[in-house]
Amino acid sequence: MKICVLVKEVPDAAVQKRIDSNTMRLDRSGEKNLNPFDTHAIEAAMQIKEGGAIPVEEVVAVTMGPDSAVRALHKAVALGADRSVHLSDDALAGSDVCATGYSLAKVLESESPDLVLLGQQSDDGECYTIGAVVADHLQMPSLTQVIKIDVTDGKLRCERQAEYGYDTVEVELPAVISVGDAINEPRYPSLKAIMGAKKKPLDGKATADVGIDGGQVGEAGSKTSVLALNPPPAKEAGEIIEDEDTNETVEKIVAWLDERKLI
Amino acid sequence: MAGILTYALHDDEGNFNKNSLGAISESKKLADQIGGNAGVMVVGDISDEACASLGNWGAAKVYRAKDVPEGLAQPIVDAMAKVIQDEGFSYALFGGGLLGFEIGAGLTARLGAGVTMEVTQVKVQDGKLVAERPILQDSQIADVGYVSEPGIIIGRLNAFDTVESGGTAEVVDVQVELSSWSTKATMVQRGEQRGADVNIEDADILVGGGRGLGAAEGFKQCEELAEAMGGAVAATRAVVDAGWYPYSTQIGQTGKTVAPKLYLAAGISGAIQHKVGMQSSENILAINKDQNAPIFEFSDLGVVGDLHKIVPKLTEAIKAKKGG
Repeated sequence: MKICVLVKEVPDAAVQKRIDSNTMRLDRSGEKNLNPFDTHAIEAAMQIKEGGAIPVEEVVAVTMGPDSAVRALHKAVALGADRSVHLSDDALAGSDVCATGYSLAKVLESESPDLVLLGQQSDDGECYTIGAVVADHLQMPSLTQVIKIDVTDGKLRCERQAEYGYDTVEVELPAVISVGDAINEPRYPSLKAIMGAKKKPLDGKATADVGIDGGQVGEAGSKTSVLALNPPPAKEAGEIIEDEDTNETVEKIVAWLDERKLI
Repeated sequence: MAGILTYALHDDEGNFNKNSLGAISESKKLADQIGGNAGVMVVGDISDEACASLGNWGAAKVYRAKDVPEGLAQPIVDAMAKVIQDEGFSYALFGGGLLGFEIGAGLTARLGAGVTMEVTQVKVQDGKLVAERPILQDSQIADVGYVSEPGIIIGRLNAFDTVESGGTAEVVDVQVELSSWSTKATMVQRGEQRGADVNIEDADILVGGGRGLGAAEGFKQCEELAEAMGGAVAATRAVVDAGWYPYSTQIGQTGKTVAPKLYLAAGISGAIQHKVGMQSSENILAINKDQNAPIFEFSDLGVVGDLHKIVPKLTEAIKAKKGG
């Protein structure tokens, strides 16, 4: 079977993020990285491939984003993907969740995957939703926030935490599964894999190549618009203690607790 | 009709979820302002009385799809898409929780609808709903409007308060044809409990442990501190998923919501998913070695340092103080 892994380039967690006040979009300049949650999706794909319960011919990393997103694909390939696909088009800039999900579904359609994996959330905001949007467009069953996948008899047996405890769900293929970070411990790429990443095939696609209707994407095709950005209600900043002398620190904590009658 | 449709999640015994009830109350409040009704989707074999009782929280009309199974999102997407289209609802609103996210996202694709998630508040501007969504680790609030109907709003956990009015809802049955792909995921087991059942919701003092504890064994020091303080131990989703501590102690988006007198966070970074479950605590004390951890932005006392050094000494100090 063929597994496609959706990946995304996000601002590095250590970099202060800001919104461009003109466009109301996240300022995506500065240091970037592969979304940490996506590394778990790639690892899940590799474990299915190496597990041998079902033959996997190919693992393909797929992304949508500007030119710089190529780096996220290189990283995905270094982690084990066989090749990558990059959907990039100026027409896509400013797409909301609805438009992004539609675009990703179109590019995935052109690959006809048997399984689509992705991280359950991205570091820059689109939490939990993209997998389910993509799945409905592809008319595939889907499950999000999955923490265990077993392949049996050509089906997936997935576990996740829902409102009332752990759910076990059987899912037929083809399917779209988003995974949580508890599903595995991603491997580190070898130096050889990092060096070889740029040599693996990378297909660039524009919207027209995968049949995306230009009217449904980008800022103009989006169904939500950010009307205003406001600061959150102010919360009084708490006191901070730097632990230099632990005995002293503990004394301060005990005094603080005592003052509030918590001991 | 400019109405708002919500979804009332229930467990296998038919008890409705508190966040769903909050979403019903919120939609009643908003529907009154935009001149519409609060409709509620219920799936599964739930009695007339139970459905009608949702009127107590503000439901005007309950749409019951008896043959649609509860617990997985896609069949419910089929049901809600049909009701939204047949009845002309302008918005769908969900309380926090995993299924709400999935159903809302599915409706987005099915109906070509705009979606806003992690919403903390909804307001009315010019007769339309505007969703307030905190972004960038809650450093800014985005006001999000919808350019077309329907619009989908997915609330953050506990964003919407329940309001009881004593009303009764009209109940109608709807027939739903499931999409072919909606029946390809099947529930094998729902709501399995793993680990001992500890009631952390009633504790006045909670010691919460996160990844910073380093390993499952790290919880021992939390237990000792909690014991010294007369409290209980709670955990983040990350460590529960990793198998370090039982699910029954999990706080946050998919776990429990607590508001103790003291929440002492040991090695917890303070991700939004955890924050929503404990931010109402009266006093928040955080110990973390990363001075940039988001938890310090909403803690009353933040201690930057190694918890492995601090917690054992703190336990001793509290024991000594109580003893003397």
